[in-house]
Amino acid sequence: MSNTDFVLAIEDLTVSFDGFKAVDSLTMYIDKNELRVVIGPNGAGKTTVLDLICGKTKSTSGSIKFMNTELTKLSEHEIVRAGVGRKFQTPSIYENLSVFQNLEVSYPKGRGVWGSLFFKRTDEVVSQVKKIADEIMLTDFLEMEAALLSHGQKQWLEIGMLLMQDPELLMLDEPVAGMSAKERDQTAELLNKICKNRSVIVIEHDMEFVKKIAHKVTVLHQGKILAEGPMDEVQEDEKVIEVYLGH
Amino acid sequence: MNAISNKLLGGKQGAIGLALLAVLVFVVLPIGVDIFRLNLVGKYLTYAFVAVSLVLLWGNGGILSLGQGIFFGLGGYGMAMFLKLEASDPISTKIQTTPGIPDFMDWNQITSLPWFWEPFKSLPLTIIAILVIPALFAYIIGFAMFKRRVGGVYFAIITQAIALILSILIVGQQGYTGGVNGITDLRTMLGWDIRTDSAKYILYYVNGGLLFACILLSRYILSSKLGMLLLAMRDKEERVRFSGYDVSNFKIFIFCVSAMISAIGGAMFILQVGFMSPSLVGIVPSIEMVIFAAVGGRMSLIGAVYGTLLVNYGKTVFSETYPELWLFLMGGLFIAVVMFFPNGLAGVYEKYAKKFKFLRKFSEVTPSKATEIAKKNDATPANDIKEIGAKA
Repeated sequence: MSNTDFVLAIEDLTVSFDGFKAVDSLTMYIDKNELRVVIGPNGAGKTTVLDLICGKTKSTSGSIKFMNTELTKLSEHEIVRAGVGRKFQTPSIYENLSVFQNLEVSYPKGRGVWGSLFFKRTDEVVSQVKKIADEIMLTDFLEMEAALLSHGQKQWLEIGMLLMQDPELLMLDEPVAGMSAKERDQTAELLNKICKNRSVIVIEHDMEFVKKIAHKVTVLHQGKILAEGPMDEVQEDEKVIEVYLGH
Repeated sequence: MNAISNKLLGGKQGAIGLALLAVLVFVVLPIGVDIFRLNLVGKYLTYAFVAVSLVLLWGNGGILSLGQGIFFGLGGYGMAMFLKLEASDPISTKIQTTPGIPDFMDWNQITSLPWFWEPFKSLPLTIIAILVIPALFAYIIGFAMFKRRVGGVYFAIITQAIALILSILIVGQQGYTGGVNGITDLRTMLGWDIRTDSAKYILYYVNGGLLFACILLSRYILSSKLGMLLLAMRDKEERVRFSGYDVSNFKIFIFCVSAMISAIGGAMFILQVGFMSPSLVGIVPSIEMVIFAAVGGRMSLIGAVYGTLLVNYGKTVFSETYPELWLFLMGGLFIAVVMFFPNGLAGVYEKYAKKFKFLRKFSEVTPSKATEIAKKNDATPANDIKEIGAKA
C-alpha cells in the first residue's frame, strides 16, 4: 500500500473468529480533522473495528495505516504512543484516584519504569491538567475521588484522559450512553470542539446525537460497509433503512 | 528537598507513624524484653521485610505472589553459605575426609567445593548475590509471566509451584545444599561471633535499620508516578495499557523490588537465628507471609510490620499452649480478615479514627494507642500524593 494523506487508511481488513468474519474486507479512510461516526445494528462489528485499530484484537489479514505507519504489527502501547487514543464503551477510569491523578497518569511523559519513578509534577503538567479539566467541565472536581463522579462525568473524564495524550486520532465507543439530554448536548459541543485539531471516530446509536456531530457516517452491517456519506444521504439509503434505521 | 522528604516520610502523618514504629522497635522493645525475646522479635521483624514487599506487590500492584518464601529463602541461603564456609575452615574441619568444605558435603562424599559456592567465600560478593540473585530470578519469572499476561490466580498458583519446586530441589540436592537439615552450626561473620548477646543486640538494630530503609524505599516508590500507576493498573489494567504504558514492565519491576526486599529479610534471619532450612522456602511460610500482610493491612507499609509482629506473637503464645490448634486459628484469622476487614488492622483503625478523631490527642501519650495510630497514618499512600498535588 502506498503512502497517503489520510490520517487513517484501513484496507481489506479482515478478522475471523473460528471462521466467523466479524470484520470482512473492510476498507475505510479517515481524513485529517474529520469526525466520522460509525453506526450499525448490534453485532455489525463496530467495536471490533476499534479493537483492531488500537491493537486489542489482532487482524487476520489486511492493513491499517495510521499516518503511514502500519499499526497491525505494533503492540497496544506502541499504537497509543504513535498517537491513537481509545475510549471504551463503559467508562474506564481509575476509581481510587482523584480526578487530578486520573488526568496526570495519562500525561504522556514518564511512561517507562525509570521515567515514572523519577517523574516530577511540574507546572507544565499541572497547567495541562487544569486546561483539560476545564474543557471536560470538571475543574471543580479535581480533588474528588473519581468513583464519586456521576456516570456522565466519568465519560467526560475518560475523554479528558485521552485529550491529555493529545492524540492525532481519537476513537470513542458510545460516548453518550447513559447520559441525560443536557449532558448529551454538552458532549456534542465538546466533541465538536476537540475535533478541530484531530480526527475522531465515534460509535453511536443515538441518531439525534449523530446528526449533531457527524461530518460523515459509515454504516456497518455484518462486518461490511453498507453505506458511507453525509448523514442526510445515508438516512435516505434504501439498504440502510432496511437493516438499521427502519421504515 | 522538602518535596523529597515529604515523599519519603509520607507527609506529617506518615512521619508520625514512622516515628512511633521507630520508638517501638528501637526503644520500647529493647528495654522491655530480655535478649532471648528480643532475638525472637528480631526474627519476626525479618518476616516483616516480606510483609512490606507484599504491600508493594499485592496491596498496591494487585499481584498476589504465594511464593515470596522463594526470595526470602534465596537471601537466607546466600548468607548461610557465606557463614558456613567461614565455619568450615580447614582447622576446625580437619577430622573430615576433605577438610575445608562444609560438613554436610563431606558426609555426602563430595570432595571439592562446588563452583557455585566459590563466590560465597567473599562477603561483598555474598551481599551482591543476596540482592541480585533474587531480583534476577524474579525478573525471569516476571518476564515469562507478565509478558504473556499471566496474572491473578494463575500467577499465585505458579509462584506457589515454584516455591514447592525450589524446596524439593534443595531437599533433593543434599550434598550441595544441606538437604532437609538445612545449613546449621553457623558461628561467625568475618571472625565476629554472632551468637553472643552483644552481637544479637547489634544485629537486632541493624535489622531494624534495614527494615526502615526498605519502608522508606517503598514509600518513595509508592508516592512516585509509578506508585500511582500500580494502583491504576490494579483497577483498570486495560486503561493503563491503552494510555501508552507497557504494563508488564511495571509489574516486573515491582516484583523484582519485592524479591530484593524479601531477600534482605532472609539474610537477616540467618544472622539472628543461626541456621537455614528448606522449610523456610516452601509453600507454608510463603502463605504465612501473605497472612501477616493481610492482617496488618495490605495497603499499609507500617501496618504490615505490626501485622507480622502481632500474628507471630499470637503464634508464640498459642503454639506453646495449643500447638495443634494454631494452624486452624491462623486459617480462620485469614478468612476473617479477608471477609470482614479487607484492609486489615490499618483499615479498621482508619475507619475507627474517622469517627473518633479526638483520640489522636490521647494516643500520642499512651503507647498502646500510639501503635494503632501509626497503622492509620500509613494506610493510604494515595492520600500522600494528593497532599503533594494540592501543594503543586
